[in-house]
Amino acid sequence: MLYLSDISVTFNEDTPDEKKALQDINLTLEQGEFVTVIGSNGAGKSTLMNVVSGSLKPDIGTVKINNKDVTPLPEFKRSNYIGRVFQDPMAGTAPSMTIEENLAMAYARNKKRRFRIGVTKKRRELFREYLNTLHLGLEDRLNAKVGMLSGGERQALSLLMATFTEPNILLLDEHTAALDPSRAELITKLTGDVVEKFHLTTLMVTHNMQQALDLGNRLIMMDKGQIILDVSGEEKQDLTIEKLLQEFQRIRGEQLVNDRAVLG
Amino acid sequence: MFFSMFGAVESGIIFAIMALGVYLSFRVLDFPDLTVDGSFVTGAAVAAMCIVNGVSPIIATVLAAVAGFVAGNITGILNTKGKINPLLSGILMMTALYSINLRIMGGSPNIPLLNEPTVFNFLETAWEKTGIDQFLNGLLTSIGVEVVPGTWIVIFVMIIITVIVKLITDYYLKTEIGLALRATGDNEKMIRSLSANTDTLKIVGLGFSNGLVALSGALIAQNDGFVDLKSGIGMIVIGLASVIIGEALFGKKTIVRTTLAVILGAIVYRMVVTAALKVDFLETGDMKLISAILVVAALVTPKVIATVREQKRRQRKRIDLNNKAKGA
Repeated sequence: MLYLSDISVTFNEDTPDEKKALQDINLTLEQGEFVTVIGSNGAGKSTLMNVVSGSLKPDIGTVKINNKDVTPLPEFKRSNYIGRVFQDPMAGTAPSMTIEENLAMAYARNKKRRFRIGVTKKRRELFREYLNTLHLGLEDRLNAKVGMLSGGERQALSLLMATFTEPNILLLDEHTAALDPSRAELITKLTGDVVEKFHLTTLMVTHNMQQALDLGNRLIMMDKGQIILDVSGEEKQDLTIEKLLQEFQRIRGEQLVNDRAVLG
Repeated sequence: MFFSMFGAVESGIIFAIMALGVYLSFRVLDFPDLTVDGSFVTGAAVAAMCIVNGVSPIIATVLAAVAGFVAGNITGILNTKGKINPLLSGILMMTALYSINLRIMGGSPNIPLLNEPTVFNFLETAWEKTGIDQFLNGLLTSIGVEVVPGTWIVIFVMIIITVIVKLITDYYLKTEIGLALRATGDNEKMIRSLSANTDTLKIVGLGFSNGLVALSGALIAQNDGFVDLKSGIGMIVIGLASVIIGEALFGKKTIVRTTLAVILGAIVYRMVVTAALKVDFLETGDMKLISAILVVAALVTPKVIATVREQKRRQRKRIDLNNKAKGA
């Protein structure tokens, strides 16, 4: 489904600031696999997301989606296959447009956009049904400007917009990190529901270890641009934060010094 | 007074099409596009040269709009493919167009159109048969207006063209492509993640915008009876004034309402300028200054009003609280 081979990315090459953001990453996600990615700041998680989404081109290496080599495709073309939710709740929606208009734009993600009306009666009904599943009452506010919604509501809408067209790959980039705990919990729950409902192949970056353990059926840990731990199945279910920290220490021979990661 | 206001409304409706173009770039695409100063004259020049050389005025007007479309495309390409800052792309294109316009006009900075056919006198014979002029002027005379307009045809033709342009714009902004265009100005990162090619959208969007500006230029030239190479100077400010005044006075809740507000804003702007020029110590040369002051006023006033309102609201709350405390 998603196939990354020998991906390397270096920033500021041949300068004192040189940083190997990704080093020979090999990763394959099967259809329906839900992978959570953890690691401290600068481990390469966001770079990995950007390489998959196409907003960053790898120095070397190949990205394949559905056995199609998408490495040379620009971001907007790759978005045909990819749904994405950003960390910033403001990033995933257009604030001065209405809820139904935002959904109509998401609806057109994997189709060719034409000179025909974006929000038709039929589609409005469809959008209402989808909004219903969020249980936030947004289905009664189809004509409200998205800028009027709260951060949690906007993020829930972004999640819906990224998923209801059933993308081949779903990318979640710390999408609950900017929300308060109760909203974050709601979005986490919605994420689990929607991924299960559409059986989506998902890559989720998080700083919250508990969230990484609760969600998904596979977990990878990154450090200094490499994947240092990759567990799935029963082994993942038995994981705890304690074990993860110990594991990190065993592999790296040092403490995982990151407040957010430890506290989370 | 009536006569000069009649002229103001007449040219206001023609300039409204230019204002709609500015609305598309400035508001919808969030792209302050200075190409307008050049593309307005491009439209006028192309139409004039075509008409002088015997092309039908309607085809000439369409060709003018196409020329403006291309000019906007080039600004868009400079910005997206050349990665040049939006303001600078517009300034560069505007500067280049000055020379290009002179070339189109065959090296002469002024082309008269006085005895040439135009889209307005094209319909004149048919118009005279309807007798609307006599009827409306009769009405005016009966209510005591002494100097009546020569013909109403320009206003009627322009209302029809402007309404058509408005309806097309409204429809366009609601299509799938139109939604993506609006999102490009609203949240570019987001619409790119929804598989829209924002570069193409900007290039096409600026094309539409400048196409309307050039269309307006072509119609103004035919109404005025001449093209002047320098007539585009300050056009962007007039466009901005119309958009901002219109939005402030008539609201911008929906697209349909905003485009109407922009058209009315263009007419109000013309009327205000005409009224201002009636003041004794102001001269025609002060028009640009008046435009600039109008834009500043339209930008600042709504914010001042909102601040004062908010202060009053808080004051009222505090007084209420004090009164309650006293009561208790």
